[in-house]
Amino acid sequence: MPKKTDIVLDEKKINRALTRIAHEILEHNPDFNSLVIIGIITRGAFLAQRIAAIIEQLEGVKVPVGLMDIGLYRDDVHSKLDQPVVERTEILFDIVDRNVILVDDVLFTGRTVRAALDQIVDFGRPRTIQLAVLIDRGFRELPIRADYVGVNIPTSKDEQVILNVKEKEGIDQVYIQRKNNKPDAQKKSSLKTSLKKTKRG
Amino acid sequence: MASKKYDLVIKNGRVIDPALGFGKDAYVFIKDGYIKKIVPPSAAVKRELKNFDERQIVDAHDKLVVPGLIDMHVHLREPGYERAETVASGCRAAAAGGFTSLCCMPNTNPCIDNQETVKFVQDRAKSADAHVYVIGAITKNIAGEELSEIGDLFNIGVVAVTDDGHYVQNPEIMRRALEYTKMFDIPVLQHAEDVYLCAGGVMNESFQSTRLGMKGSPAVAEEIAVLRDIALCRFTGGRLHIQHVSTRGAVEAIRKAKQEGVNVTAEACPHHFIFTDDEIAKGFNTNLRVNPPLRTAEDRDAVIEGLIDGTIDCIASDHAPHSEEDKDCEFDLAPAGMIGLETTLGLVKTYLIDKGYLSWADAIRKMTSNPSKILKLERGTLEEGKIADITIIDPDKKWTVDANKFRSKSKNSPYIGWKLSGKVFKTILEGKIVFE
Amino acid sequence: MGNLQSRHLLGLEGVSQEDIMLILKTTDSFREVIERTIKKVPTLRGITVLNLFYEPSTRTRISFELAEKRLSADTINFSTSTSSVKKGESLRDTVQNIEAMKIDMVVVRHSSTGVPYYLTQCMDANIINAGDGAHEHPTQALLDLYTIWKKYGKLDGLRVVLVGDVKHSRVIRSNIWGLKTMGASVALCGPATLLPYEVEEFGCDVYTNIDEALDGADVVNVMRIQLERQQLGMFPSRREYTNLFGINKERLKLLNKNYTIMHPGPMNRGVEITSEVADGKHSVILEQVTNGQAVRMAVLYLLSGRKEEGE
Repeated sequence: MPKKTDIVLDEKKINRALTRIAHEILEHNPDFNSLVIIGIITRGAFLAQRIAAIIEQLEGVKVPVGLMDIGLYRDDVHSKLDQPVVERTEILFDIVDRNVILVDDVLFTGRTVRAALDQIVDFGRPRTIQLAVLIDRGFRELPIRADYVGVNIPTSKDEQVILNVKEKEGIDQVYIQRKNNKPDAQKKSSLKTSLKKTKRG
Repeated sequence: MASKKYDLVIKNGRVIDPALGFGKDAYVFIKDGYIKKIVPPSAAVKRELKNFDERQIVDAHDKLVVPGLIDMHVHLREPGYERAETVASGCRAAAAGGFTSLCCMPNTNPCIDNQETVKFVQDRAKSADAHVYVIGAITKNIAGEELSEIGDLFNIGVVAVTDDGHYVQNPEIMRRALEYTKMFDIPVLQHAEDVYLCAGGVMNESFQSTRLGMKGSPAVAEEIAVLRDIALCRFTGGRLHIQHVSTRGAVEAIRKAKQEGVNVTAEACPHHFIFTDDEIAKGFNTNLRVNPPLRTAEDRDAVIEGLIDGTIDCIASDHAPHSEEDKDCEFDLAPAGMIGLETTLGLVKTYLIDKGYLSWADAIRKMTSNPSKILKLERGTLEEGKIADITIIDPDKKWTVDANKFRSKSKNSPYIGWKLSGKVFKTILEGKIVFE
Repeated sequence: MGNLQSRHLLGLEGVSQEDIMLILKTTDSFREVIERTIKKVPTLRGITVLNLFYEPSTRTRISFELAEKRLSADTINFSTSTSSVKKGESLRDTVQNIEAMKIDMVVVRHSSTGVPYYLTQCMDANIINAGDGAHEHPTQALLDLYTIWKKYGKLDGLRVVLVGDVKHSRVIRSNIWGLKTMGASVALCGPATLLPYEVEEFGCDVYTNIDEALDGADVVNVMRIQLERQQLGMFPSRREYTNLFGINKERLKLLNKNYTIMHPGPMNRGVEITSEVADGKHSVILEQVTNGQAVRMAVLYLLSGRKEEGE
């Protein structure tokens, strides 16, 4: 359980953020029938369902929702000892000439979004792809930005931003957690190895 | 000051000579390549040693002094396959393994079915580190069809005949071989595996071959072959020797035949009393591909029982060198055979003597006096007046089998890296130290 | 993280239930990929896969090649119908050449048992066995398992009959290990001359009467009967084989209601199976082919990039 002080968003704030995102999506895409939403597995998928539900409440339109696992499009498949488990991608509608809203929970390095963009293109040529994220925590490694952001949360690199959802954990909340391994010790050792490398080089 | 009466004396050793029933501490005196006398230690004999130069004395303290070992089943590969072994290199390996005599198999190229090839091998062996007894082919070209000129072969010194590697499948030919050799009183050595039943077989037929999907060579192929030849031996009154016995069925058939008084003898190889066929799946080591194949635990135990109760008379290595290039391939395409001259003694000590199956005397008998008796050899005993072929064994010496130390030209041994107990200390051939 | 215990797939003997389940679940994801319009993902970009086929094969090789291409791997084919020895180049030399070409993964088929293992001993690449002698053919068995699993939602408790030349079939051997590990009950059936020695030790029920074998079974996996075996006298005639072991409509009555007919192909129609059965509504023979690709993609994906421990 996260400490109370670590919680940055509660259920109310999350709902508010998602509702605002839904409004903005509708505002930018007056042709509601062209909209499709694709959530990135696993957390983005839940958020995609929720945004679609809010849109239905607001406008009475049923926007098709798809799920996407980006495991097969990752750029670090061969640099790890472990292969990520591949989940099923389910996009049961045509995306050609549609306005695709790509949904993820946290925007960080941008690599996940890059993989998702490549995958979407392999399904067809949409009119636009727009990115919606609940949280933007900075530290981008690729030139990617979100069109709809729930909250901007400044973080440091050795922190993790974690979203819990009712569907999985029984509670809606976002909290910040330090990485498990002691960050100071890690820094030291990485400094050592980099020194070694310099010497050798 | 050097002794002129003797060339060499072995002192302080424990002499084991199964032929003499000898098993006590003694001094062995050698002159001109012959054993002059063997005497128990005494003040007088110790005094006598004062006349000796230090180089004339071998101190065998804590060692066993036994007749030079005889390996009655060796492939020297010359002529024809010198890439794998030559008479010289094979004999060097023999000396390093404690063998002073070996019997070379006739499946060379050309094969040893004529006087010229026998002479060639004998000639090559003249200056070698071991004495070579040549075994001739039963049939011309080892084709199993016509008897070779066995009389001619006998007259030039061949001590037995065999088509080793091939079973004499035609019973009529085998009958003639057993009858014909009676004239010379030499045994027919049989590689007993029915050709049809083992066609294409690459390992023992058991659940292991079933599991690996490899073509099996069934134990019954050996049993049938042995039973047929025992029947022929009984019928003809010839002398039959079964090579590399590997199955329970064969051991039992031989035991029964011996009880009946049939003139049959047998040998076994270390790999058949050590390995079982489940070893193959552990790494498809092509050095484990042998004919007859490694069998089940039940068969292996039967071979050990046969060695214990004397059903199996001899221990032979079936030293079968193959070059690294020939063995480094698919398991089922590899030629059959493993080398053994340099590991047999250590394996016998570690796997038969240390386990309590055989005494030293029993083991030495199966590598000296028994093969000597079967083949009617001049060697294999320490009797006074006999040729001074002597092996001195360091009985409990621990050592590791090292491929780089093999004197054989080939290294196809599955024992590389094994830790064994019991090693040759010195090998003496005709009074000369050929290995130490 | 999904991690197979081994970095090679040499056989199904000894592969754990968890590993088989991971492969089947991953296969599910790739089954979706091959239903897409663009049946290609960039996952194995930069990975070079060599298909080393020492035995003639069309189906398995094409299936692997498609799987590799759909994962964006670079593929090379090396096929020869003769063994390395006959060709004059030793297996070791071939292998060293491959190693020098910086190949990442090797899919190998060879007529000798143990060749995939041999490759693991002399190179760093991930090795996938596409059939070695009569030993194992793990991807074929995995696709059979996947096909059954998709239909019944389980493998545990099903009764599967494997019919044919048990002695010489690597598909049967791999199926036995895989099915038993997953908790299925396995029956073997074939002419007594084609049942290998001590076959009962696999822990399967063994039959020489097809009707007894089929009684109460859920799945029948019919193997191709090599017609050369008859020439070698392993059974008296094709006609007699069909009479005694052929799967026909009449015999299907013995099976459980929701039964399944499988065949790894290529079929000898009218010999081991009638066309009526092969094309019937319980047949999943073509489904097996499609699943084969997905299974091979899953295996390639799960093994790719797996290095020696400690590297």
